Amino acid sequence: MSSAETNAITSDLRLVTAIRSADQSAMAVLYDRYSSIVYSVALRVLQDTGAAEDVLQDIFMQLWRKPGAFDASRGNMAAWLAVITRNRAIDALRRRRPENDISDVLVSVEHDLASEADRSRIMEKVRGALQAMPAPQRSALEMAYFEGLTHSEIAGKTGEPLGTIKTRIRAGLLALRKVFAA
Amino acid sequence: MSAHEQFAEDLALYALGSLDGAERHALEKHLDGCASCRRELELLRGDLSLLALTIAVPKPPSRARQRLMSAITNEPRLPVAPQASERQQRSGWSALGWPALRWTAAVALVVVGIGLVRQNSTLQQDLASLRAQFTDRGSKLEQADEVVATLLDPDAIKIELVAVGNKPQPRGKAIYQRRNRKLIFFASNLPPLPTEKIYELWLFPANGGAPIAAGLFKPDARGSATVVNPPLPEGVEAKNFAVTLEPESGSHESPRGTPVIVGVGE
Repeated sequence: MSSAETNAITSDLRLVTAIRSADQSAMAVLYDRYSSIVYSVALRVLQDTGAAEDVLQDIFMQLWRKPGAFDASRGNMAAWLAVITRNRAIDALRRRRPENDISDVLVSVEHDLASEADRSRIMEKVRGALQAMPAPQRSALEMAYFEGLTHSEIAGKTGEPLGTIKTRIRAGLLALRKVFAA
Repeated sequence: MSAHEQFAEDLALYALGSLDGAERHALEKHLDGCASCRRELELLRGDLSLLALTIAVPKPPSRARQRLMSAITNEPRLPVAPQASERQQRSGWSALGWPALRWTAAVALVVVGIGLVRQNSTLQQDLASLRAQFTDRGSKLEQADEVVATLLDPDAIKIELVAVGNKPQPRGKAIYQRRNRKLIFFASNLPPLPTEKIYELWLFPANGGAPIAAGLFKPDARGSATVVNPPLPEGVEAKNFAVTLEPESGSHESPRGTPVIVGVGE
């Protein structure tokens, strides 16, 4: 881990600590750092700028109300925000009440996403891994992730057996992990 | 087929939020008692976060920032709940009709008024007491945050002091709170990891049950490492903790490697 990455993670921890003391300026810094990730994930899922802004507001308000929900020992803020935003956007898309409290969502990442440079580097790698996947596998993964379709819905849509869809989704995720293990 | 293999595909669907019904119920039951599958679930969520990074990243409009900052300013951190009982009493009196119940209402109003004054006074006292408690807890929380931030800060140096002439030995300290499943573990002076090996922390239950995996970790260049709140099953009383040197790949469900440090309990 480079010193810049270490500093970014440490700085996130400090910001979260300041937010716990109701420090509004710390919240503004955190927003400036991560609002693009949150907004882009919400917009990709919901395909509607107004709805994406609502999710953006909701995610940061939850962080303001419950800064302790972020578990710094398990990963970094960017990955955690991406996961809880995607879940909240899918809930909004399917017009259902949020199922999980944000503090119940533990995310572990073994690669660094702390700086924008890291994220760009990783983005290229993940895009490459997605392109290298067989099309049906990539499609199953994207339908599940970005459209929030269940495996039964994907099976219904593609005419493939349920077991095949399950296997494709898991294999797709493990293929992404492998890119970084190499 | 082991239980873990059986649930492997369901775990990916669960991470995506697309598992439901009996399959979801069965998996959640398994997750309650399986630290290794809980760990895999966290890793799968990490893999999912990578997908989010494939999206082009547009900046949100500036009004979104203004909306958030305005909401934060307007939302007190500890909102006081409205006094529903007072509202109900007011609407109840309007429904009765003032002219017909003039005297009764007047007497009752005096009684209710005295009651409200007393109630108000009690509520004020409760509120003052709660404010004092929150201030005290806020201050303690802030101190705790500072301690944790310092302990976890990768830039902080950790140096162990030993008697002059003694070579520092590997050691660890586990602080475990059964009630809340909280575990903090610090290790120091651990030897550097051989290739394809990893350290693993184990909790030994007091009832003599099999050791429970409590986290994989790699020490820093000084041999220091920290494990904070690994996923653990509920209500396990611990007799002891130990760290073993394990193969990095394969199952981490039960100890296979050699013990490095072992605790003596307290």
